[in-house]
Amino acid sequence: MANKEIDELSGIETTGHEWDGLKELNNPLPKWWVWTLYATIIWSIGYILLYPALPWFGGPTKGLLDWSSRGAVRQELKAARAEQQTLWDRIETADLAEIRADPKLLEFAMASGKAAFGDNCAPCHGSGAAGLTGYPNLNDDDWLWGGTLEDIKTTISVGVRAVHDETRDNAMPAFGRDGILDKQQILDVAGFVRALSGQATKGANLDDGAIIYAEQCVSCHGEDGRGNQELGAPNLANGIWLYGGGTQDVVVSIASSRNGVMPSWDGRVEPTVIKALTVYVHSLGGGL
Amino acid sequence: MDDTASIYEHEPSFYAEHKKVYPQRVSGTFRTLKWAILGLTLAAYYLLPFVRWDRGPNAPDQAILVDLPGGRFYFFFIEIWPQEVYYFTGLLIFAAIALFLMNAIAGRVWCGYMCPQTVWTDLFLMVERWTEGDRRARMMLDAAPWSVSKAYKKASKHLMWLVIAWWTGGAWVLYFADAPTLVYELATFQAPATAWMWIGILTLTTYVLAGFARDQVCTYMCPWPRIQAALTDEEALNVTYKFDRGDPRHALKRAAALEAKGERVGDCVDCYQCVAVCPTGVDIRNGLQLECIQCGLCIDACDTVMTKIGRPTGLIGYDTDLNIERRLKGEPTKIRLIRPRTIIYVAVLIAVGGLMLSQFLTRDEFDISALHDRNPQFVLLSDGGVRNGYTVRLLNKQLERRTFALTLTGLPGSRLEVVGVDPLADGSLEIGVPPDTTRAVRVLVFAPANAKASGSTAVTFEAVEKASGERIRVEDFFKWPGQ
Repeated sequence: MANKEIDELSGIETTGHEWDGLKELNNPLPKWWVWTLYATIIWSIGYILLYPALPWFGGPTKGLLDWSSRGAVRQELKAARAEQQTLWDRIETADLAEIRADPKLLEFAMASGKAAFGDNCAPCHGSGAAGLTGYPNLNDDDWLWGGTLEDIKTTISVGVRAVHDETRDNAMPAFGRDGILDKQQILDVAGFVRALSGQATKGANLDDGAIIYAEQCVSCHGEDGRGNQELGAPNLANGIWLYGGGTQDVVVSIASSRNGVMPSWDGRVEPTVIKALTVYVHSLGGGL
Repeated sequence: MDDTASIYEHEPSFYAEHKKVYPQRVSGTFRTLKWAILGLTLAAYYLLPFVRWDRGPNAPDQAILVDLPGGRFYFFFIEIWPQEVYYFTGLLIFAAIALFLMNAIAGRVWCGYMCPQTVWTDLFLMVERWTEGDRRARMMLDAAPWSVSKAYKKASKHLMWLVIAWWTGGAWVLYFADAPTLVYELATFQAPATAWMWIGILTLTTYVLAGFARDQVCTYMCPWPRIQAALTDEEALNVTYKFDRGDPRHALKRAAALEAKGERVGDCVDCYQCVAVCPTGVDIRNGLQLECIQCGLCIDACDTVMTKIGRPTGLIGYDTDLNIERRLKGEPTKIRLIRPRTIIYVAVLIAVGGLMLSQFLTRDEFDISALHDRNPQFVLLSDGGVRNGYTVRLLNKQLERRTFALTLTGLPGSRLEVVGVDPLADGSLEIGVPPDTTRAVRVLVFAPANAKASGSTAVTFEAVEKASGERIRVEDFFKWPGQ
């Protein structure tokens, strides 16, 4: 007994369902639409079988293809590393000037040098290589041990006062602590040194300072105070002070000496990475 | 008997069987118009990639080209960079309003004549008629048992469909690469895998959508019929069965008999020709409906019949329901094309089009930007001076190499250095930018030792293009040690 019910207003058959006097019209879905839904369900079964899909004990199901996004990244990294290896090989054989002259090698050395700097050097020199008191700013034009490519490479390799047979080394006497100079003498020579860059120092006798400088300091720092990169003696006549240029800072430097330390990187990073670091650090001061 | 039982007595189907539509051949004004539009749009689609446009040696010579790897879109004399994607936004707004305007004037003009779904379905139907015959022959062929002749007809139809579908996908990829080169690569099987993949996808979609899905796309998949129904008004012209003239419907002989008795009869002879030719299989005499794409073929069919039986044409035609009411009341009919809705649409079209045009005409072909070093922000130098570093980008949209002279103002006594660029004899810095390229250079600004300052100082980089003398500027800051 089919009692097909037609809605009077719309002329459309109702589903026969009724809720509080409301009846639902039957606007049937096309069958192909339903089949499309079933097709997507079948597709999903294949997907579940082939790819990681279901949460399971000890991690999700692996799928027959054994595919994972992490694995895909590993593959990509492997491919990228293989591609990089040819560049690393070329960096290994090329000298520093050749690296700088080859745009592709330079770009690669700069990028990998920057990354290696962030990993190894930034803790002391800062991520922008701007340094801190006691840690040299590598962006400026003042270099303790020289700013050429070769100089920088050597400093990175052997370090400063580091555990290395050929490490950069020097030892400025602690003039106060070792009793070589008294307090006034230290103040006098501090005044003389500060005057080299045009600064006045209260209570310092510059004439006495000049005599003490000629006796104690000139052999390393030079007559004009411009230092000596061969010995790692800082330039005292310019505007850059590794440990500060105030009277008290300079007095402490003379009285106690500073003798900062940088580790040697030979054996700690690859020789190719040292080359990349060299090219990167050299570029910071506008060397590029 | 309770309510629950009554539900199960009649269980209506919630899923509709697909009723295949067999549109009949028809000829007339609208069929001719549709053929013309079909020819024009398909010719444009298939041939435009081969049109050349000379842009000189530094740019491709294809009139319309989407250069995805190079990040450029070429359209005749227009070249768009990725950052100018707002032109496409404007174009889409323009297209949407144009669609609304068409709808306000004459209903679903887009659906009936220009939509790719309509055009390709028409093309596929033409092939179907050619291989399997007209409506009746096709219905009989489908009902007939399988035979060699049926298999031959079906196979040749599907083969032709697939060839057309393949060409449709093939033409699509030509918009994304140099067309003649890609055609050669495809012919010699050297084309990149992506080209084959896209041709494959579009072959499949064309074959399925135009061969099988057809009216189902318009009825169930497309959002426009729903939006269109919400946007239309009673003044918009639509393909309308004028029931005031057509009803009551009677076959010709019965109508004559009734008329002899003095009863009123309508012009419609119930011949169902309007239904037979309809590509979506609806009866236009039921009034405006969702499935109707308003292609006008029923107008042609009805006019043919009316001419044959010697009655005036136009029983089905572009008209409004308002006019039908007016005629029933004996009032004169009128068509109001100019009304607030159309005026507003036209105004918006002019505004959007004008804005885009003025943007395009005044668009900068050179640009400069500066990015101050973030770490360190300044470098104290051994002579007591201060250095700031910047990345300066110079953009050259012209298709020739251009040279810019870079200067800095706002910082007296300062000196400029561009890494990798040697200053000329007079000290000026000239930076060459290759055609259609952005070049980034590292610029170092040196302030002298005596220029004691703290905080920051506003500076301006200015670049003068040598050939045109055009000046481009960007403001930035010079940071000093200390706050």
